Amino acid sequence: MAAPEFAVPELKEYPVIPILKADAMAAAKPYVASAPMNEALGFPGELVADWEERAVAKLGELLQKYRSLKVYLDACVHCGACTDKCHYFLGTGDPKNMPVARQDLLRSVYRRHFTPAGKLFPKLVGAKDLTRDMLEDWYKYYNQCSECRRCSLFCPYGIDTAEITMAAKEILDAVGYGQKYTNEIIGKVHRVGNNLGLPPAALADTLEGLEEDIKADTGVDVRLPLDEAGAEVLLITPSADFFAEPHVDSLVGYAKVFHAAGIRWTLSSKASEAGNFGMFIGSYDQLRRIALRVREAALELGVKRIVVGECGHAWRVAYSFWNTLTGIGAGGNDPFALQLQKQLDQRYKQPSHICEVTYDLIRRGALKFDKEANDHRIVTFHDSCNVARGSRMGDAPGGQFEIPRAIIRAVANHYVEMAPGTTHEQTFCCGGGGGLLTDELLELRVKGASPRMEALKQVADSDGVNFMATICAICKAQFTKVLPYYHFDRSMIGGVHQLVSTAIRLGA
Amino acid sequence: MTSAYAFAALFYAAAALLVGGLAYKIYDFARTPAPLKIPTTPAPTTRGGVALRLLREVALFESLFRSNLWLWLFGILFHGALLLVLARHLRYFTEPVWAPVIWLQPFGIYAGLAMAVALAALWARRFLVERIRYISTPSDHLMLALLLGIGATGLGMKFFMHTDVVAVKAYFLGLLRFDIQPLPAHPGLYLHLILVALLMAVFPFSKLLHAPGVFFSPTRNQVDDPREKRHLAPWAAKLES
Repeated sequence: MAAPEFAVPELKEYPVIPILKADAMAAAKPYVASAPMNEALGFPGELVADWEERAVAKLGELLQKYRSLKVYLDACVHCGACTDKCHYFLGTGDPKNMPVARQDLLRSVYRRHFTPAGKLFPKLVGAKDLTRDMLEDWYKYYNQCSECRRCSLFCPYGIDTAEITMAAKEILDAVGYGQKYTNEIIGKVHRVGNNLGLPPAALADTLEGLEEDIKADTGVDVRLPLDEAGAEVLLITPSADFFAEPHVDSLVGYAKVFHAAGIRWTLSSKASEAGNFGMFIGSYDQLRRIALRVREAALELGVKRIVVGECGHAWRVAYSFWNTLTGIGAGGNDPFALQLQKQLDQRYKQPSHICEVTYDLIRRGALKFDKEANDHRIVTFHDSCNVARGSRMGDAPGGQFEIPRAIIRAVANHYVEMAPGTTHEQTFCCGGGGGLLTDELLELRVKGASPRMEALKQVADSDGVNFMATICAICKAQFTKVLPYYHFDRSMIGGVHQLVSTAIRLGA
Repeated sequence: MTSAYAFAALFYAAAALLVGGLAYKIYDFARTPAPLKIPTTPAPTTRGGVALRLLREVALFESLFRSNLWLWLFGILFHGALLLVLARHLRYFTEPVWAPVIWLQPFGIYAGLAMAVALAALWARRFLVERIRYISTPSDHLMLALLLGIGATGLGMKFFMHTDVVAVKAYFLGLLRFDIQPLPAHPGLYLHLILVALLMAVFPFSKLLHAPGVFFSPTRNQVDDPREKRHLAPWAAKLES
């Protein structure tokens, strides 16, 4: 590994709030999307001449559409409760990475254009005009927010910076100043069916290869079916699961679970992607269009259940938004929702997380494990932000924390928790979420990972933890990249179903 | 009597701004849809649970408690004290004075002192803590100055420069009936009343909107049941037709 061009934060024994380093991350700026990428999504190709007017008009439009935005721009009292809660601030010390300061970039313009106080006394209330510099700050610092919502947990009014960031990104897209990584990927999902641009034929080949690998490993014919009409379960999983390490090991794990339980399942080449970057850019339209692929695939294949693989933001979209966007869920009374909800088996939660499926099978005694197979691993669990703070599993609040842990305990003998305040709903983002998992933001990603690395180092030192399980494709990719910067082995990160895969008894 | 009429005009105007402005903002919050389910989890799965969550948030500052103990302490001390002080002031607006209001009169005085201490501590943070200094705008300082000014003038009249409280009460009871009575000429009282009127007037145009805002915050007021119920905003429903 080449020496990094930036200083990797030193891991401390106790968390320390950094002193402010103005403009520490002012140079961190992801690539701007090219004209074809923007135009494919219906955005202006490049920054429009009248960007100021259009940006203000777009903000006005969003204020009519989103109560969250309206309330959150008005309600902040600058109490500062959030100032030491963002992993990017903790890792970089850049004051504009404090959630309130990040919000204020948009709030100051809101005040100037939409409030009497900001129109009459701008200096007094911190209202600012939308200058080119401000637009540049929006681009940089709203692309330094992973929309992890940790700040919203601590805010006395529940102000959610992710909502502000999404609005800002939507405005930036509306003036032709979108971000390359997210917009390019959204184009791919529409063109090819998944974020990685894996065409159906290649996907079929990959799945066949995996079947052969499993056969060679275990001697058992475990299937990974594609586009099989009449299957009971449609599995929607992040496309990284098809070939990225360590993701693919979890895909093998899901396949083994379905095999062992005798559930007929299928993947879809049309909806070969659970991820939905429409959320990252705050676009309801994109969010909906990407999600509708899943509805169409479910209707075409006639499945009874829809299950989502290990992916953090995808599970937030699936759990919290799919019923709204696509009718995948229950309780609909309109023809659009009923068309699908009648087809789905309502004895199961729709959609279900793969962890809910596995946990349910474990509780019913349908799966058997050789826990010793995981004895070389001392495991901890990294709660992914979108699962922890944007979704749920099971029947009771907090199920999204208990169910993955219960699975790990069922398949492995050695489990250790990281420090309180760094897990469950207070978990730290991996540093790569929200559409920031791109190499030009590596410094931000490494520094933003430092609070999690600090907690991991504690349990690695005290308990010899050598495996951090997680249920998010972005977490897995991000940690694989940044772990070495903190002198950890990159193979320390893996999926919950990777552990399941290691221990599960096939044909039992 | 000139000053009595001037203050009457001031208070009617301030009250109109407060009620009208706040009603408009609440209407505006209420009419704006929340198209997606975004409660910060773990969130309650029932409406009753949400009501309890909001109650804990408003009465105990639950999230702030998790966030920062010092800030929580001074925040809840200030708000609790302000509530008691306001309750104590009900004696100027009721005849006969309600029994609980009579009972809490001495506590209201302690609360006035506690309020000043808490405000001073909250203000000190804005100078002493680097991060808070960075995010503070002039209006953040002025708001604390305004509240502290109201507290100081009130306490001043209690402990140092008494005013004719019987006349003050007659004045405010008259104000409620649109029957203007004489107001004692007292610089401390004038200042106190001007600052209070100013606070009322700026309420709907300032960060004091956090008071109604917290009830409309989707991360706090939504039920966690997106898989069980289909949640569709009117503008989003139109996309399906």
